[in-house]
Amino acid sequence: MFAAEEVSWLFRNVWLIPALPALSFVLILFFGKRLPFKGAEIGIASVVVAFSLAVLTTFAWIGNIQSAESHSEEAIFLEGPDGEQTPIVLTAEEAGEARGAPIITEVEWFSIGPDANKVILGTEGNSDAGHDEDGHSDDEDEDGHSDDEDAGHDDDEEEGAGFGGDDNVVDVAFAEDGGTVAEAHGDRFSISIGTLVDGQSVMMLFVVTFISLLVHVYSTDYVKGDRRFTHYFAFLSLFTSAMLFMVLSTSTMQLIVGWELVGVCSFALIGHWWEEKANSDAALKAFLTNRVGDIGLLIGMSILYFAAGRTFSIPRINELAVNGTIPKGTLTIAAVCLMAAVMSKSGQFILHTWLPDAMAGPTPVSALIHAATMVVAGVYMIGRLYPVFFIGFGIAGSSINLMAFIGGLTTVGGGALAFVQKDIKKVLAYSTVSQLGYMVLALGMGAYTAGMFHLFTHAFFKACLFLGAGSVSHACHHSFDMKADMGGLRKYMPKTFWTFMIGSGALAGIPPLAGFWSKDEILVGAGVWPNTGGNGTYYLPFVFGMITAAMTAAYMARTIWLTFFGEYRGHDEPHESGARITTPLIILAGMAVVVGFLNMPSGFVKFFGAPEGLAHRFEDWVEPAGVSTFVTSDNGFTHAKPSLSLAIVATLLALTAGGAVVAYYRALYAKDSKATEYTDGVMSRIPGLRAGHKFLEEKYYLDHLYTGAIAGGTKGPLARATDWFNQNVLDGIVNGVGKLSVGLGNFIYNIIDQKAIDGVVNGSGNSASGAGQFLRGMQTGQVRQYATLMFGATAVVAAIFIFAV
Amino acid sequence: MQSFLENWGITAMVFAPLVGALIMMLIPEREEGTHKLIALVSTVVAGGLGALLMLDFDYAKAGEMQFGRDMRWIEIINARYAVGLDGMSLPLVALTLFVVPLVIIYSWDHIPSPGNAKAFLMLILVLHTGMIGTFVARDLVLFFVFFEVVLLPMYFMIGVWGGEKRLYASIKFFLFTLFGSAFMLVAFLALYNLTGGESFNIERLAELVQSEGLSTRTQVLLFGGMFLGFGIKVPMFPFHTWLPDAHTQAPTQGSVILAAVLLKLGTYGFIRIAIPILPEGAVEWAPWIGLLAVIGIIYGALGCLAQTDMKRLIAFSSVAHMGYVMLGIATLTDFGINAAIFGMVAHGLITGLLFFLAGSIKERYHTLEIKRLGGLLVQAPKMGWVLGITTMASLGLPGLAGFWGEFPAILASYNPAPGLNQTVFRVYMVVAAIGTVLAAAYLLWLLQRTAFGTPSEEFIDDPEITDMQWNEWVAWVPMLIMVIVLGFLPGLLFDISNDKVSALGEIFQALGN
Repeated sequence: MFAAEEVSWLFRNVWLIPALPALSFVLILFFGKRLPFKGAEIGIASVVVAFSLAVLTTFAWIGNIQSAESHSEEAIFLEGPDGEQTPIVLTAEEAGEARGAPIITEVEWFSIGPDANKVILGTEGNSDAGHDEDGHSDDEDEDGHSDDEDAGHDDDEEEGAGFGGDDNVVDVAFAEDGGTVAEAHGDRFSISIGTLVDGQSVMMLFVVTFISLLVHVYSTDYVKGDRRFTHYFAFLSLFTSAMLFMVLSTSTMQLIVGWELVGVCSFALIGHWWEEKANSDAALKAFLTNRVGDIGLLIGMSILYFAAGRTFSIPRINELAVNGTIPKGTLTIAAVCLMAAVMSKSGQFILHTWLPDAMAGPTPVSALIHAATMVVAGVYMIGRLYPVFFIGFGIAGSSINLMAFIGGLTTVGGGALAFVQKDIKKVLAYSTVSQLGYMVLALGMGAYTAGMFHLFTHAFFKACLFLGAGSVSHACHHSFDMKADMGGLRKYMPKTFWTFMIGSGALAGIPPLAGFWSKDEILVGAGVWPNTGGNGTYYLPFVFGMITAAMTAAYMARTIWLTFFGEYRGHDEPHESGARITTPLIILAGMAVVVGFLNMPSGFVKFFGAPEGLAHRFEDWVEPAGVSTFVTSDNGFTHAKPSLSLAIVATLLALTAGGAVVAYYRALYAKDSKATEYTDGVMSRIPGLRAGHKFLEEKYYLDHLYTGAIAGGTKGPLARATDWFNQNVLDGIVNGVGKLSVGLGNFIYNIIDQKAIDGVVNGSGNSASGAGQFLRGMQTGQVRQYATLMFGATAVVAAIFIFAV
Repeated sequence: MQSFLENWGITAMVFAPLVGALIMMLIPEREEGTHKLIALVSTVVAGGLGALLMLDFDYAKAGEMQFGRDMRWIEIINARYAVGLDGMSLPLVALTLFVVPLVIIYSWDHIPSPGNAKAFLMLILVLHTGMIGTFVARDLVLFFVFFEVVLLPMYFMIGVWGGEKRLYASIKFFLFTLFGSAFMLVAFLALYNLTGGESFNIERLAELVQSEGLSTRTQVLLFGGMFLGFGIKVPMFPFHTWLPDAHTQAPTQGSVILAAVLLKLGTYGFIRIAIPILPEGAVEWAPWIGLLAVIGIIYGALGCLAQTDMKRLIAFSSVAHMGYVMLGIATLTDFGINAAIFGMVAHGLITGLLFFLAGSIKERYHTLEIKRLGGLLVQAPKMGWVLGITTMASLGLPGLAGFWGEFPAILASYNPAPGLNQTVFRVYMVVAAIGTVLAAAYLLWLLQRTAFGTPSEEFIDDPEITDMQWNEWVAWVPMLIMVIVLGFLPGLLFDISNDKVSALGEIFQALGN
């Protein structure tokens, strides 16, 4: 598809993709307000270019994989446990670049640590021992062999977001040269910044730029005339840049930086309308909750840094995790810590509470940040460091682990909350929580590809739904209340209705829409259904997954019926939105239809007589690189086999649940087309159900616990007690000592020489008038007196202590 | 020219401000403009000399003393005038040279009540000399003199130009610090005598301590004396109570200099003097320093949450932030001490900016009571932005300078120097990490209550509330740029400090094995 040089150029210059929006941020901030479209044009232009580059990179990557596959005689294949052929270490091309292996382009960011020449190396010839796993068995191995390429290294030439500069790139193909990534620039321990191109990151590049572009276009209409239109676009650019920067991380340090930068963009955009306290409260809550999770991130990454022999390099950490250099116990602790970060960023129970509140931000932001991209950062991080989690949690051969449990709890817990919302965005927010739980659940069961695939498909249909909700709200005079201001909208806004239907169908897993394929893979991955294989037998997670499949269909049916069916309950006539809003909706709905076909099971492909090559494309493109050494190692994960019967059962379950809800609302609307619930329904009649309903409405009382008890307790009693201690106890001691000294001084004064002591007391200076006199004295030229007093006072007091001690 | 720079560059840089102050003394008080100009010129001259030195500095040998000058001074006690610049002092000298001129520019329209620009600016210049002198001194007596020279100008600044409780605050500041200095001096003198009364030179003393084989017990005692001197200056919990009072009462310029540079004299003392000279004492003290550091982190943060006054809140935040610096130092590792140096510079820039902002807000609203503020972004959007970026930097957001002092210190505590108890330091690591949440909490609450929302009734139509003025632009923007540049290119600073710090770190690697 591309010439080798073009591919190589693209892979080495992916840094342009985050750099362009970063540049756009600066330009919008400084010049945006003076431009005809108030800065939106810069943002859109930069994202268009970034998206084009991302598409090119995607095709180049796919081409790379395809040609590796077609050159089967050059590549090494390994017989997988299920009879599939999986390509592993891929043959180097003449450019010296391994096909399918991650392409890492790095520059030194900074370095901390001793000169490696002085460090005694464990093994002399370590640089040749890239494939020798025993060479890394020593934990303290500093691995400081030097790299020839970075002579004349100069990081002052860094551009854009602070990285890049193609004349001093250092490229290390990890699969070829296992050990070189470890801190070997020149002679120091260096921390690098750069780009890592592999299936997983290329997939995210595509998703982020694609959705960002549509959100930019959508926003030009949606936030038209906003009081901070320019700032809004500036932060959209900054967010896009930070997210892409994080996605391309080669080191955990870079990942942390990107991770926090997307967090601050989220903060700024949730609090976009900061005049109202509710919005800034939501922004603070998001930031602070994420900070709680970040404790785990900072600690987990620190653990991995030392466990891997002082390196932040992600491929290196993964490699050492796979080959067993890092003990399993260490991996477990690190994985638990990192899990806290995943819980906050990806809205997992019990740190999910910020995500629904984040809906205080503008709706396109909710679509981009709080549904499609940023919130999957946690899931992405699991994938990036999958060996750490996989081995740390002992995912293979298990039936439950922390990750699968948290994912399962989140997916059911979040789904249940979606039932009691009357705000359409809140429904979608809880649905996002639930679906993120699905992804974590998948990864927790070893279904790496299924989790990543669900991340991929979810981004499109959830963005479609959020933007659809925005379109609805646009029509209903900026209300998001389904019960008060909506109903019957399908007649008024057919485009929004149909795209919303497709998005919901995809979310609910109705074949052949996107969500069906990815959800099905996750359920298969549990390894519970007969003849599916998998990594273990995850009964409980499987049950969680099935319940969620039913619940998702049900709450989406409820949402659709409340919003689009029955009769309009709001005021004034609603209207369909303009083209800049509906076009992104249509595109996203189209994606929600087609992207699922990217990863069809081979049985399905055969059944329809399609070429075999169309099966599990996503798996082939995304999987081999990110975890290439991992898939094929002894510790690696295996693929579950698809099951037609499970697909049918799960689909029937979803249809039944959804159908029941539809029946409920049809009956309701038949009685009263403007009603939203039965006035004397079961909820109000049965105390147990009523209590359960209340429990859900109060969001499991978690907000009371966090905001009321923990935050309030810290801010209130605890902080006040500290202050009291400071003012009364500590300062009491200080003042007491002061008074005691004065008393002692008076006592000595009365006994010993008056004049000598007199000088000291005055010299110490105890009043402002005294100070003023000194100054006046100084100004009138009595410098000598001043100097004498200054040094005299110091010397006398010091002398007292010298003799006293 | 070149040889002048090599031989006299540092000396000229140190004393240029003092010369300025002497010239000002000859000019009558009423010529305020001239005074401001002289003050600015002399700090710019010092800055220019510093810039020339830094251009001439051999960064490949940042671990070694450069532009050294060693001359006879007080022969009877073998105290010599020895100065020099290396990778450890250079960042702090640069910080001082960078911040003080900005303070003087800010003072153009902001001479605090009761006026008298001449005296006020002269004090700043004397401070300037004292601060740079402390950072370049290589002789303990010289160090001590500069360290103490700083005390009096600051005392007068608080006592004369301060707020309502300036009397109490200034005396507390003075006596508290002097109290610590006395112990420090005792330790210096004892060290001198115990090593044979040969030299006060810092590097020489470090060698002598090793060759004389000073017992660990002696080292612990000597370290204790220095700890009081430096620890109070930092200030470390529980010796910090002078700080909130001094900061709150000091005029804006005083607070900025205090936060930006003065506190660093203490932390610098640890890494320049106490730890290299007394490594075995340092190993014994490190867990306790670490303990006080993490208590300071949490305690300072909780103290912040309880404050109702913006300036007092920022003052308390220094206790927490310096806790990270001290934690980094306590790990006795290259990562930790590099982080500490970065943290010092970052804290200087960030907290300095915060105090500038507090001063300007006070000037406009005539109050710093957080409850009464709000809507700064509406009334003075540019200032609100500066406040927003600065609080983000202060809470340690990556991409801004504060992060690089914080995370590496946390990371280093996971694996402290050999000989230190790993479990204890890992507990410190967790506590310090929790501190980052509290830091975000108090800073964001501050931001929310001052910058977000809408202005209250009493200020809504106040004509005095304007956006940034010219001298605020000139003073703040360079600091802001540095905060961002260092945030993205931490190597600019790490690469300077690393050589010297790694050499120090290796002492402890060797000591533990």
